[in-house]
Amino acid sequence: MSVITIVYTVLMYTATLILVGGVAYRINKYARTPAPLKIPTTPAPTTRGGVVMRLGREVVFFQSLFKSSKWTWLFGWIFHFSLLLILLRHLRYFLNPIPTWVVLIQPFGKYAAFGMVIGLGGLWARRIFVDRVRYISSPSDHLMIVLLLAIALSGLTMTYVAHTDIISLKAFVLGLIRFDWQPLPPDPALLLHLGLVATLMIVFPISKLLHAPGVFFSPTRNQVDNPRERRHLAPWAAQLETSERS
Amino acid sequence: MAKANFETPQLKEYPVIPLIQEGVMAHSKPFTAKAEFQADLGFPGELPENWQEIAINKMGELLGKYRSLQVYLDSCVKCGACTDKCHYFLGTTDPKNMPVARQDLLRNVYRRYFTFAGKYFPKLVGAVDLTKDVLDDWYSYYHQCSQCRRCSVYCPYGIDTAEISMAAREIMDSVSVGQKYCNEIIGKVFKIGNNLGLPKPALADTLEGLEEDVKEDTGVDVRYPLDEKGAEVLLITPSADFFAEPHVDGLIGYGKVFHQAGTSWTLSSYASEAANFGMFIGSYENMRKVALRIREAALDLGVKRIIFGECGHAWRVAYSFLNTLAGPFDFLDPRYPVPQHICEFTYDLIQRGALTLDKSGNDHRRLTYHDSCNVARASRMGDKPGGQFEIPRAIIRACCNHFYDMPADTVREGTFCCGGGGGILTDDLMEVRVKGALPRMEALKSVVEEHGVTHMAAICAICKSQFSKVLPYYGFSMDQIVSVHQLVSDAIVLGDKQ
Repeated sequence: MSVITIVYTVLMYTATLILVGGVAYRINKYARTPAPLKIPTTPAPTTRGGVVMRLGREVVFFQSLFKSSKWTWLFGWIFHFSLLLILLRHLRYFLNPIPTWVVLIQPFGKYAAFGMVIGLGGLWARRIFVDRVRYISSPSDHLMIVLLLAIALSGLTMTYVAHTDIISLKAFVLGLIRFDWQPLPPDPALLLHLGLVATLMIVFPISKLLHAPGVFFSPTRNQVDNPRERRHLAPWAAQLETSERS
Repeated sequence: MAKANFETPQLKEYPVIPLIQEGVMAHSKPFTAKAEFQADLGFPGELPENWQEIAINKMGELLGKYRSLQVYLDSCVKCGACTDKCHYFLGTTDPKNMPVARQDLLRNVYRRYFTFAGKYFPKLVGAVDLTKDVLDDWYSYYHQCSQCRRCSVYCPYGIDTAEISMAAREIMDSVSVGQKYCNEIIGKVFKIGNNLGLPKPALADTLEGLEEDVKEDTGVDVRYPLDEKGAEVLLITPSADFFAEPHVDGLIGYGKVFHQAGTSWTLSSYASEAANFGMFIGSYENMRKVALRIREAALDLGVKRIIFGECGHAWRVAYSFLNTLAGPFDFLDPRYPVPQHICEFTYDLIQRGALTLDKSGNDHRRLTYHDSCNVARASRMGDKPGGQFEIPRAIIRACCNHFYDMPADTVREGTFCCGGGGGILTDDLMEVRVKGALPRMEALKSVVEEHGVTHMAAICAICKSQFSKVLPYYGFSMDQIVSVHQLVSDAIVLGDKQ
């Protein structure tokens, strides 16, 4: 087995562990930290079902972003929706046999990479040209866009410029899943693409990409507006009361 | 007070997002609280030698106690959606008044001490050490936030800068850097019962005077009772209602409404304050201590209901937090929500046809309505979401013939703060207050020009005080701000129903 295969096998396992472990750690932290006060941004839903709808609108349509900035919404939504299609399309490299619906979205998924580039390009342009957004950007904010753009462009190269050995790639991926390791085709575009994706996975739990789980734990969005009907009390706040009585 | 040295911004025909001008508001700092007043609230009086360590520990403690803080410090992607939403940014052009930049003052320190990236690659993610300069920036810019939550409406993750600025103020208090205005006021509530330090005899005197005035005006004996045991309703109202203009006209209105409803009510000298500045400084303990006075007063007076007068942040604490802080209220009449807003009470009476309102009583006014931020974005009235917008407007329409809303993006959930909320309503922050009022003043100007509006009604003591002070800076007059229950007062027909 070549050095490249060994390096990438180790890298992919490491990246997966860090991504899953890191995000699980953060989610656990968010879930365990109490929200002592009712702070939904009102008007807010008065039922749990209403909250599910509100979060659904935020996650699927980016409702609040739509209210605030149409350009950011447009580029942001194109980018995220394209990324979703691309991720789903990539399931064909992980599943055998390939489910019909994955086959069906393949043509759209292939073009979605252009959507991803357009979306990221628009967001980056805002970051560079709008003075307010430029002011709040750190080097890491630019690098994150560069990373995602490089992933999209290296992927596009393999789809439209220089095809990679996709059969061997799938064997490599399935080998990782089945712990039956197979050689990785030493194609530069593929190596770059996989390396960047692994970087993204590793960076995810220690970066602003935590906005993905974060939105579900945001008290201004996920709380039910019923403070008068139901007493809401965090454990540490309840302790203030017990310590007074004793 | 020396006259503040700054220029009032120009009112433009259409709102314009300004270009940023770095550091133009860095000089703005409120007076700090003296050591003796810090002690009343359980805070140190002098900056301890190891203040960095104490502050970082406090931040760690708050991260464990408030999910909002933990999630919001992690989740921001710097998309810029909030950058043009803060009235203080629009009025001052200082980029640190953009919500995300204001949060970053704390977030950069959080990253440095609590995250992998900030510990090992600080430059890359903009993480910074907690230095005296950073602390100065915190003190300056966390006192240019009115905790109005407008940014939280527009953030794709609902990040609420109010949560961040409350945490920052609590961290600063933990190392003695407290704000004079808020902290002295909280001390007064603990000692005397209200923000203004009005003792019981002064209150009784004022209320007696009101009874005489109303009798003289209307010929009717409308009562303004204090500490009357066995009354049905305990009214908790901001202490500004006892004497400030136009607040007191609202209090006169509440009395007339109770009179017509035939509902017995009382004020309490022990809990003679609706405001709860404990929220502004992010101190759960102090907020709770203030709130518990209301519970004690209700128990002591044996009332069946609690109703709050016109006050924005007080209604947030009342509606959203009171049950948490001072509940359960199982000793009150379960047929009514606890607490209720005076507007809910009046609206119910109007719906039932129990009030006779003569709209011509307000024909000398053409009205618009300013949604107070805490009522609009942090509470509700009635049983439907958005009742906090509809109910006050329904009351105004029932009392006035001429009502016109300001532009859609400046009212309801998108309402602009008056510029004085969140503990900013002090003369030492006059420049921030005047500049922060700019977006509201532009919106007001547009309805003044389009519909000949003469008055703006509000249901918040801070908004009313703030507007009486800043309206003249923009060429309006101070009496153009009115209380909603002042309009009720001028329209209500006292005596038997005709």
